[in-house]
Amino acid sequence: MFSASHRLHSDAMSDAENAVTYGKCNNPYGHGHNYSVEVTVSGQVDEATGMVCNLVDLDGFIHREILQRFDLENLNTKAEFAEAVPTTENLCTAIYDILQRGFTYAHLEKVRIEETMMNSFEYGGENEFVIE
Amino acid sequence: MVYLTRKAEFAASHYYHNPDLSPEENQRIFGKCNNPNGHGHNYTLEVTVKGEVDPRSGFVVDLKQLKEVLNREVLDAMDHRFLNKEVPEFSTRIPTTENLAIAIWRRLVSKLDKAKLHRVRVYETPDLFVDFYGEA
Repeated sequence: MFSASHRLHSDAMSDAENAVTYGKCNNPYGHGHNYSVEVTVSGQVDEATGMVCNLVDLDGFIHREILQRFDLENLNTKAEFAEAVPTTENLCTAIYDILQRGFTYAHLEKVRIEETMMNSFEYGGENEFVIE
Repeated sequence: MVYLTRKAEFAASHYYHNPDLSPEENQRIFGKCNNPNGHGHNYTLEVTVKGEVDPRSGFVVDLKQLKEVLNREVLDAMDHRFLNKEVPEFSTRIPTTENLAIAIWRRLVSKLDKAKLHRVRVYETPDLFVDFYGEA
């Protein structure tokens, strides 16, 4: 879980179009969420360890590469959102890409993010996966 | 492809009864749910849509519009209603959670434009839910 602020605003749109498209999320001062992230990886169980991958490695990677990058930050200021609007769709694909590039101990299946109790987003690249 | 799930809650009453069956058989199959005075649940609805992220807006679907469609097509019709008597789909069909998921799918599928409906999940209680992925 991490907490961050964002503002949904596209430079490609007029102020009026931004207001219509993003509504309250276009507030120039931004607003925040507690994002809950679920990462699913898959693989064969290693006979020696009984593990798909060592959770310490997965926890460490997520802490270092995702939580430290985004927790208590303004998403609009991060490199991932220099070009893209920090919607939770784009956050989900950005986090998937970070894991896909850097976490090599198991196969990445998907990333699921709860933005609020009422909304969640899932992305698995080209993987076939079951929606939770 | 990104999948987006929106939740909504509604409360409704229902009872299970098949007029083609005898009272004894209805009682045997449906048990306490056969009480004609009905009983109620807090239903949690999860609607999952899928689509590519629009590069301009960063959205798969406008959540505000999705919420309005859910409110208009489902909640306005079903929240605080007696499903058997007030929702047309259940004048001929038993309002089981299975049939409820199918009815909600059919109400929504033609009303979504940009994103494609992927799944309707209906929780009748926290311990029991039904998934419907559309007609096979």
